[in-house]
Amino acid sequence: MATVDQAVPISAQTRSERLIRLITRTPIHFGLIAIAVIWLVPTVGLAITSFRKPNNIAATGWWHALTQWDWTLHNYGSVIHATGMGHAWVNSLIITLPATILPLTLGALAAFGFAWVPFPFRDTLFLAIIALMIVPIQTSLVPLLKLFRDWHLNSPHFGIGAFSFVGIWLAHTAFGLPLAVFLLRNFFITLPKDLIEAARMDGASNLAIFRRIVVPLSVPALASFGIFQFLWVWNDLLMALVFLAGQPDKAPMTVRIPYLLSTYGQEYNLLSAAAFLLMIVPLIVFFSLQRYFVQGLLAGSVKT
Amino acid sequence: MLFASPALIVLGLFVIYPAYYTIRLAFYQGDFNFHLFHYLGLKNFKDLLTNDPDFLDTSKFHGFNIVKELVYKSDGGALINNVHWVIFYLSFSLIIGLGLAVLAVRVRYERAVKTAIFVPMAISATAVGIIWLFVYSPNPDTGLLNAIIHGFDNGFHPIAWVGRPSLVNYCLIFAYIWASVGFVMVVLSAAIKGIPAEIMEAARVDGAGEWNIFRRIMFPMLSLPISVVTVWLFVNVIKVFDIIYVMTSGGPGTSSRVIAFTMYEETFQNFSNTRGPGYGAAVAVIMLVLVAPVMVLNVRRFRSERVVT
Repeated sequence: MATVDQAVPISAQTRSERLIRLITRTPIHFGLIAIAVIWLVPTVGLAITSFRKPNNIAATGWWHALTQWDWTLHNYGSVIHATGMGHAWVNSLIITLPATILPLTLGALAAFGFAWVPFPFRDTLFLAIIALMIVPIQTSLVPLLKLFRDWHLNSPHFGIGAFSFVGIWLAHTAFGLPLAVFLLRNFFITLPKDLIEAARMDGASNLAIFRRIVVPLSVPALASFGIFQFLWVWNDLLMALVFLAGQPDKAPMTVRIPYLLSTYGQEYNLLSAAAFLLMIVPLIVFFSLQRYFVQGLLAGSVKT
Repeated sequence: MLFASPALIVLGLFVIYPAYYTIRLAFYQGDFNFHLFHYLGLKNFKDLLTNDPDFLDTSKFHGFNIVKELVYKSDGGALINNVHWVIFYLSFSLIIGLGLAVLAVRVRYERAVKTAIFVPMAISATAVGIIWLFVYSPNPDTGLLNAIIHGFDNGFHPIAWVGRPSLVNYCLIFAYIWASVGFVMVVLSAAIKGIPAEIMEAARVDGAGEWNIFRRIMFPMLSLPISVVTVWLFVNVIKVFDIIYVMTSGGPGTSSRVIAFTMYEETFQNFSNTRGPGYGAAVAVIMLVLVAPVMVLNVRRFRSERVVT
């Protein structure tokens, strides 16, 4: 019976009860806001620093810029032109776009096969792909480098500079594929069976089913993986470090910034502007496509 | 088969064959063109575990005096550093992430809090490294951390946070926790929202306190997502490389090296000594062995899920 007595106040709130609620919940608000601030401040500090004049940065902490307004865009000008960061930004894009589109295409095709086209050892192969998601990149670096050297993939060919990127495109494709196949197959398999059977009855080929039915119905899943892979490649340091070593003019931003750090150590005006240029792309992707991004991350929690 | 074959060929050629080659190379010295040169048997592994203080130095390790080891970190090499990473990175990421997930659903500004904490997740480790180098800057006028402590205590001498062997690992670990907590929070918060509201209401009506609801209802129902996240964090910490490369390059000296950093260093940088690339390959094999249980776990989990559906 005591349970009933206690249940009543939940629905009927008086002013004093609301006050008690507010007081008891104050620690929650305090804790949450404190952590959110701790999590935001370092990034905000870097962003503010990148708009401050070099002599101000050296003299005072970035928090002083909130009271003495003295902003400049000069740091971005110098970091883009003088240190080649603009060029590196373009390299990042040249590396990232094909390294996203390739695994997306190959992965979607394979996922369709695994979901809707029976073939021998299909289940065993799929389990193998799940296992491959965890394989550390480190186990493949040396043999891949050797392979790309043997195939002369790591140097420009026919006067085409972009040829140097073929190796890193392939490596990213290979390491993005297991997740692509896993994610997309799990999504494709939830598509209505009747729809696909009906199309088969009408004499549609598998390729036609894939192009006309499966792909148009799976845009959210394709977008989730596409965004995940895009950010993965854009943010990658290790593969670029290994596969584009010795070609500074091909280096993406993630490689160029540590180099900047070792040469200009304490010049935070350049470093902060460079880091902000590197961050801005993921941030735009994150804020404009947040829903797909979080979905992709949740689904990708099996990969690291 | 036709649909899957391009992907299978790429995986076979660029993931499976290289892994096989690396395992073989680990038993050789190897030359600078990465050929299987000069068979050594298990020597690379033996050297790594007994004869390389940068990788494992049991003489400096406080051993099973765990409290002493955790409080006064030993200079036990990359492997011991990685053990500290596992302990601190996993426990703090989980505690903070779970706490945030549980508390954030109770306030109206949930979305804003979550966005603030999730943003670092989108940023590359290179940018995270620069951000935190700036926070840890030894200059009390520009380094936020030193400035804050100085604000509380005027007699405080600024510390070079990432310049001290005893502190550097924890500074790196905290920066990486900062970058990963958003993921833990988002996964667990999605799981909390999946708990049927009736169960929670019923418990409240029965007079259960908030703590009991968390301990006896939420926590057991979250055990699967928590285990998924733990596995993710573990694999992540075995592979951690970028942030260390950017912030300290394994230094000062070799005091912030971890397994993945040793692999890179021994394979691509260490040309001066007699160790060939086979030595780095042995480190890669150790990494593979460490994550292998996770592979088995994932495959098992997938199989059992399919039996249910």
